[in-house]
Amino acid sequence: MKFNAMTAVAALMLAVPGVASADPDDDNLVVNGEIEMTTKAPLPAHMEDANMDQIMSGWHFRSDETQALQMDDFDNSGMIFVDAGRDQWNAVEGSEGNSCASCHEGPESMEGVRAVYPKWDEEAGEVQTLAMQVNDCREENMGAEPYGYTSGQMANMEALISVQSRGMPVDVAIDGPAKETWEKGKELYYTRTGQLELSCANCHEDNYGMMIRADHLSQGQINGFPTYRLKNAKLNTVHARFKGCVRDTRAETYKPGSDEFVALELYVASRGNGLSVEGPSVRN
Amino acid sequence: MDFTRRDTLAIGAAAAAVTALPMPAMASLTEDAIAEFTGGADVADGGVDLDAPEIAENGNTVPIEVSAEGATAIMVLAAGNPTPGVATFNFGDASGAHRAKTRIRLAGTQDVVAVAKMADGSFAKTQKTVKVTIGGCGG
Amino acid sequence: MAKGVRPRVKAPRSAEAGEVVVIKTLISHKMESGQRKDSDGNVIPRSIINRFTCEYNGAMVVDVEMHPAISTNPYFEFEATIPEAGDFQFTWYDDDGSVYEETKTVKVG
Repeated sequence: MKFNAMTAVAALMLAVPGVASADPDDDNLVVNGEIEMTTKAPLPAHMEDANMDQIMSGWHFRSDETQALQMDDFDNSGMIFVDAGRDQWNAVEGSEGNSCASCHEGPESMEGVRAVYPKWDEEAGEVQTLAMQVNDCREENMGAEPYGYTSGQMANMEALISVQSRGMPVDVAIDGPAKETWEKGKELYYTRTGQLELSCANCHEDNYGMMIRADHLSQGQINGFPTYRLKNAKLNTVHARFKGCVRDTRAETYKPGSDEFVALELYVASRGNGLSVEGPSVRN
Repeated sequence: MDFTRRDTLAIGAAAAAVTALPMPAMASLTEDAIAEFTGGADVADGGVDLDAPEIAENGNTVPIEVSAEGATAIMVLAAGNPTPGVATFNFGDASGAHRAKTRIRLAGTQDVVAVAKMADGSFAKTQKTVKVTIGGCGG
Repeated sequence: MAKGVRPRVKAPRSAEAGEVVVIKTLISHKMESGQRKDSDGNVIPRSIINRFTCEYNGAMVVDVEMHPAISTNPYFEFEATIPEAGDFQFTWYDDDGSVYEETKTVKVG
């Protein structure tokens, strides 16, 4: 009997007694009573043919208790890492005797940055993620050691930079010099891999809203990254999550910082064009 | 050694009896903790509010809230954890309300118990079952 | 001292005399429970914050006895009465003997 991946996925879904599908809710996300987040948006033009009606933030797929944790910056445990990021921002490191602040002044100068990354960097001749840009700056302008790609320090810095764009719509460019990388990412997204022969789309496009065991499947958006996960009580970066996801489909996973994950990050980010930057968000 | 049928029956009955005994383990560790807190006094049911999710999104970080009007202290226990102690909130003179919120770890589906010590020396308790699930692909 | 431990506290900057205010506290700390094992199978020893206190002008607001079941990055929310202007003193006590502190000043009127 040929047991293909969709049957496996379907079997897992139906095996949960009672709830086979749990619709994402209609709640409103307003942070600190001020920052109104756009957590649902129409499909970006490039997704016209996609098997879904609208794009939604992962926030909608979490329980009420988890959602509440993101609504106040003092309930959001991720914010303590923004504080740590601020210390890193002001710390002088490396051969040039500079800190981030030496050139960029306050973190507020990063407003709008997170919303457009990953993006094409003309000088480097490639698409760069936020992490790559941070490390480039550290090595070239500070003469400092790069942060580990998915390290705590990188996550703290990403969180500090993300906070400056909170509430702003994600708007990554997919045309021009970035197009080739974007196409590669899209191909990766829709290609089945691993023992379970699953592609990202099998779960996150075809089956979001369903329960996979006790997990409420989201659309796999990354507008909320870096995210504080209840599961490991710390900030998680995009590539760390990609690596985990690929491993969970029992496929040989790519390395954080690899060309594949950079392309995938650009593509997945573009699937969220229109949703607000939420980082640092709170998820399970 | 040769067992007579009489011996075998006796051993078998004893074995069955042992397995039928209630499991002491965690339930009594919780009872011990409550007894230590109350000094063995009677504990009334109710008068303490315990807010916890019916299903915890993740057992590693479960938000809870306890409150008891007029309490000087509230002890929280997790009856199914390897050790039941979670936290004891002692309210002082500068306290504004006899309530507290925190986030706790639950090893599996279990009862969370809240015991309040009132200003008049009496005790009250309540408990709630929290389901803790194993996640899906999110892990 | 455990590495990277930092507190984060929400307290009002000003209040009316006699007002009851909500305080939120967070501190980044691993709260190693003593239940985990390392890759060699050895138990990782317990290392947690075992007590948290909050005082206002020397008067006790709350004194919390903490066990390993408190999640990583311990969070507490509670209420305090502000009789007059003064300072909140927050103190966390670590198993390893370290003491972490934070102060917040409140103006009245």
